[in-house]
Amino acid sequence: MNFRRLIISVTLAWLTVFVFLPHLLLVGTSVMTPNPDHLVVWPVTLDSFEKVFTPLYFSVFWHSLELAAIATVICLMLAYPFAWILSTFNSRTQALLLFLLILPFWTNSLIRTYAIKILLGKKGLVNATMINLGIIDEPIQLLYTEFAVIFGLVYLLLPFMVLPLYSSFDKMDKSLLEAGRDLGAGTVQRFRHIILPLTMPGIVSGSLIVFLPAMGMFYIADLLGGAKNLLLGNVVKNLFLVARDWPMGAAFSVIMMLMMALMLLLYVQANRLVSRKGGLHDSNL
Amino acid sequence: MAKTLMQFRQVSLKFDTQEILTGFDLDIKDGEFFTLLGPSGCGKTTVLRLIAGFEQPDEGQILLDGHNIAEQLAEHRPINTVFQSYALFPHLSVFDNVAFGLKMSRTPSTEIKPRVMEALEMVRLAEFADRKPAQLSGGQKQRVAIARAVVNRPRLLLLDESLSALDYKLRQQMQIELKHLQRQLGITFVYVTHDQEEALSMSDRILVMNHGQAQQVGAPRDIYESPANEFVARFIGEINIFDARIEQVVSIDEQQGRYLAYFDQGNMTREIVSETRFEAGDKVKVMLRPEDLRIEFLEDAPEKPGFIGEVQERNYKGKTLDSQIKLKDGQLILASEFFNENEPDFDYKLNQKVWIDWVHGWEHVIKADLL
Ligand SMILES: Nc1ncnc2c1ncn2[C@@H]1O[C@H](COP(=O)(O)OP(=O)(O)OP(=O)(O)O)[C@@H](O)[C@H]1O
Ligand SMILES: [Mg+2]
Repeated sequence: MNFRRLIISVTLAWLTVFVFLPHLLLVGTSVMTPNPDHLVVWPVTLDSFEKVFTPLYFSVFWHSLELAAIATVICLMLAYPFAWILSTFNSRTQALLLFLLILPFWTNSLIRTYAIKILLGKKGLVNATMINLGIIDEPIQLLYTEFAVIFGLVYLLLPFMVLPLYSSFDKMDKSLLEAGRDLGAGTVQRFRHIILPLTMPGIVSGSLIVFLPAMGMFYIADLLGGAKNLLLGNVVKNLFLVARDWPMGAAFSVIMMLMMALMLLLYVQANRLVSRKGGLHDSNL
Repeated sequence: MAKTLMQFRQVSLKFDTQEILTGFDLDIKDGEFFTLLGPSGCGKTTVLRLIAGFEQPDEGQILLDGHNIAEQLAEHRPINTVFQSYALFPHLSVFDNVAFGLKMSRTPSTEIKPRVMEALEMVRLAEFADRKPAQLSGGQKQRVAIARAVVNRPRLLLLDESLSALDYKLRQQMQIELKHLQRQLGITFVYVTHDQEEALSMSDRILVMNHGQAQQVGAPRDIYESPANEFVARFIGEINIFDARIEQVVSIDEQQGRYLAYFDQGNMTREIVSETRFEAGDKVKVMLRPEDLRIEFLEDAPEKPGFIGEVQERNYKGKTLDSQIKLKDGQLILASEFFNENEPDFDYKLNQKVWIDWVHGWEHVIKADLL
């Protein structure tokens, strides 16, 4: 019991120092007045939030959402079949494949992003291969495009999509598929009425885990997308480091956090609604 | 007799290198209540999986209505299963679980609700329609699984130990309901059970199997009274088996033969009857159910030829009194007598010396080399 209490206290202390306090500071900063010399000064104001809601930032916001959404959907489409197949292998093969999946984490993601940069460059492997195969005559512009950014996001975030999906598939009782067949459900129906609903928690958590970082990974956009304000993360970074408007950067971060909280809340609500319903009248069938 | 609905012809199946079924024949008649009975791991579930289409035979044919259904997918067979592990959909309510099959077959929605509720009423779970499977007890889940299969009115209903989680009373109610369904809707049942009493009381015919091979098929009474071999005899209820040798053929008519048999054990010769033909010198096994035996109290009177032993244990079983008796050579015998308070002799003491006889003509005799 004492050991348990120790673990809980350490965890709480850790969360306080590295999560609660920084967030509190962030929220605090967002309502201060910016100052070129002292970064932030009194008085408390909501000016920064007002400035965030201007058409200029709105378009960045929208664009960032778009890119993150595309990256998330691609991750989902790649990870779903992968996780599915993974869950059908025997446990030794599963362990090996999962290990291979997280192996790249041992290399810093910044370094891996540089690697992509080399890969997609004018003289990179991709262009060279396509020229050698005669698909193109001249090297094409891959780097510093939105394609490169999405590619980078997908590459870095894919494992985060696979893991929750894999856990959903792993938990799914395979005999349910036989029960479905027994009751006359063909391949498509089994997918729609059994597999999809049972892996929905994995889909949702995977998408959330991918979507929010995808909006924030400024270095991807910086390195692969050129110095454009593609992602919200770039905006935040520039506000903090270039414009030195800390309150506004903090305001942006707070809004992103609220978005995440809202999405989680929606998911929980939707879940609750579905489980309370599902009675005589309607159903998720 | 009704026509054959489901037939296995020399079906074999291996998992990896392990032979699960070998040259297995099966013949299930339309509308009958057919039971597979056998020890754990003998292949009962495997037979059901072959019928349902979840396994394909390595060799042999599986025929439904005389047509080979090897190519027919499980989802297209007019067969429903009540799975041993229930396999209820955890994300669907009880109602939606039961409605699943009807929705898959595009039954009009106006018809779905009454049929589902009817099935739920049959298993006495109507008020649980809105619950999720996780909110049910084991026995309730089992009943949902039964309703989910029955509601589709299949040609063939496969039940894999589907009453095992129910208490005695509910179990009896469900047995009656299932028999009722079989007669009312003309559904053919293939029922798997460990419980031989249940098998005997519910089935039209029973197939006893062991190690993936059929041992005997027949009506409950045949199986119980005339087991084809020692395995069947021992598996269905308690039985006492004595070695004997045919000494003389007394008479043989169309129905049965009368023989004089010598029993080593009791150093005695007795007349026995059997439908099987024997010749003098044949070694036979004489089988007697506990209720066929009669026990006589032996005082210090001189021993007479016959089985003599000592009472080792007595168990009062409500209607009967079961005694375990150890014969001189160590063989344990189980005798079961109807309880009669007025009979003074009845209450044997432990270690009481007794003489055992049986009701003449109730013995079942098989050739020894069949064992
Ligand atoms: N998927 C499988 N792979 C390998 N062997 C299997 C598989 N399924 C079953 N077996 C083996 O096949 C044999 C028959 O199994 P089956 O499930 O048919 O037995 P059962 O008669 O239904 O037993 P129980 O009464 O315990 O349910 C067993 O020896 C079992 O170990
Ligand atoms: Mg079984």
